[in-house]
Amino acid sequence: MRYVYADNAATTPVSKKVVEAMLPYMTEHYGNPSSLYGIGQTAARAVDKARQQVAAALGADAKEIFFTSGGSEADNWAIKGAAALGAKKGKKHLITSKFEHHAVLHTMAALEKDGFKVTYLDVYENGIVRVEDVEKAITDETCLVSIMYANNEIGTVQPIAEIGKLCHDKGVLFHTDAVQAVGHLKIDVKEQNIDMLSLSGHKFHAVKGTGALYCRKGLRLPNLIEGGAQEAGRRAGTENVPGIVGLGVAITEMNEHLEENYNKVKSLRDRLFEGASKISHSRINGDKEKRLPGNFSMCFEGVEGESLLLMLDMKGVSASSGSACTSGSLDPSHVLLSIGLKHEVAHGSLRLSLNENNTEEDVDYILEVLPPIIERLRDMSPLWEHILENEKNN
Amino acid sequence: MQYSEKVMEHFANPHNVGVIEDANGVGEIGNAKCGDIMKMYLKIEDDIIVDVKFKTYGCASAIATSSIATDLIKGQPISEALKLTNKAVVEALDGLPAVKIHCSVLAEQAIKAALADYYTRQGIDPEPIVGKIEDHDHHDACHI
Repeated sequence: MRYVYADNAATTPVSKKVVEAMLPYMTEHYGNPSSLYGIGQTAARAVDKARQQVAAALGADAKEIFFTSGGSEADNWAIKGAAALGAKKGKKHLITSKFEHHAVLHTMAALEKDGFKVTYLDVYENGIVRVEDVEKAITDETCLVSIMYANNEIGTVQPIAEIGKLCHDKGVLFHTDAVQAVGHLKIDVKEQNIDMLSLSGHKFHAVKGTGALYCRKGLRLPNLIEGGAQEAGRRAGTENVPGIVGLGVAITEMNEHLEENYNKVKSLRDRLFEGASKISHSRINGDKEKRLPGNFSMCFEGVEGESLLLMLDMKGVSASSGSACTSGSLDPSHVLLSIGLKHEVAHGSLRLSLNENNTEEDVDYILEVLPPIIERLRDMSPLWEHILENEKNN
Repeated sequence: MQYSEKVMEHFANPHNVGVIEDANGVGEIGNAKCGDIMKMYLKIEDDIIVDVKFKTYGCASAIATSSIATDLIKGQPISEALKLTNKAVVEALDGLPAVKIHCSVLAEQAIKAALADYYTRQGIDPEPIVGKIEDHDHHDACHI
């Protein structure tokens, strides 16, 4: 049986190049970057190089890159840090969107408990924040706007440069959770007026547990971890040298092939959309064009997402769903509800996320196994019966 | 969250799926908003459940609990089917993840709803025999 990995938004395989680059920093150059002798300094130079590589990929300066354990840590640091800076000036209002990753939403909720006010912006049916809504929401009290670069479930890409410019003009800090975008979209933090940006290595072929926060020069966030001089004293702890080296290699590799990958992956994804849209009672979630090249998100009425993805798994396809059953709660994902989907439609969601390792054969295989699975589930679904009956009666 | 092999077996190849055209007891429970609906068809002769079929919309555990519950009551007298608890359904599946226990309750309730329909069709008030059916259709929240 064919195996198709179509959950690259969850995580990606580590590339061979990354593994090869990392290995010597585990066995040979294992020194602590804070040590002054040879192998320590070799490790320190490798960390410096990776910092430059990450900076170059984002249009930033090396001094503006702080390595973290991943995207969630970077999000927490940026938001809590900006809130603390704001509170010092009596500014205790933050703006975000309704469909951010929980690393952002839960951090915001924690701040609300501490007396901050948070505005959650609508993302409308197309899954895109409106710049004018951001503008309307900004007050004299606002200390931070945090809007994700691209959504993790429906892939919609936000007007980051426009929001960045607005925030810049208004003198409000702007953070973006770019975990899904880095390595897949062209990013320039200076041009786009981004003050802080979170990224995660394992979303683009580096290892899990690696990530970074870009923090604009001159913006002095409170230290995240005390206890050492690492990361300019702001995030203490011996560096994850192999992981950081891998992160640098991975981001460079992705950026070198950005356009080529974009075109390839988008065309695969569009082929998938075209094929799957032939299934009746289906809909594409979020804007069809303004989305990550590899993101496919659709709802199929009358079927439930968890059953759908487990049946796909039995056919060798790894996918994901925003249904209640897969979220471990009784509500479907907040992302699907935020774009106005009814619960019963959102339960039937399927996310496939492709990347440059996928092939046309992968897509054709998915399109071969998906329709019969949906048909089978609909055949045993009383909800599907109701949908057809309702149509007959109307 | 992990499913037992038994759950996956019943999900992959559910028993007793379908419709009984001449069923004399039909019950449906659950709602689309909550993500699971079970519909049970019973064919009862001389107080024995001679045939049972189901249709289920829901996650793997909803399908698996429907499948095993129908197995457990097929060929049994009504009195035995009435004794079927959600616990027995969970045990027969070698356990369910905590967040999925409500599926087993749904299976128990779907059978009771079908039996209630059977009695109603006979002109007998089902409540003293079957008890109250907890259909979360009529609640705002999706919890049972």
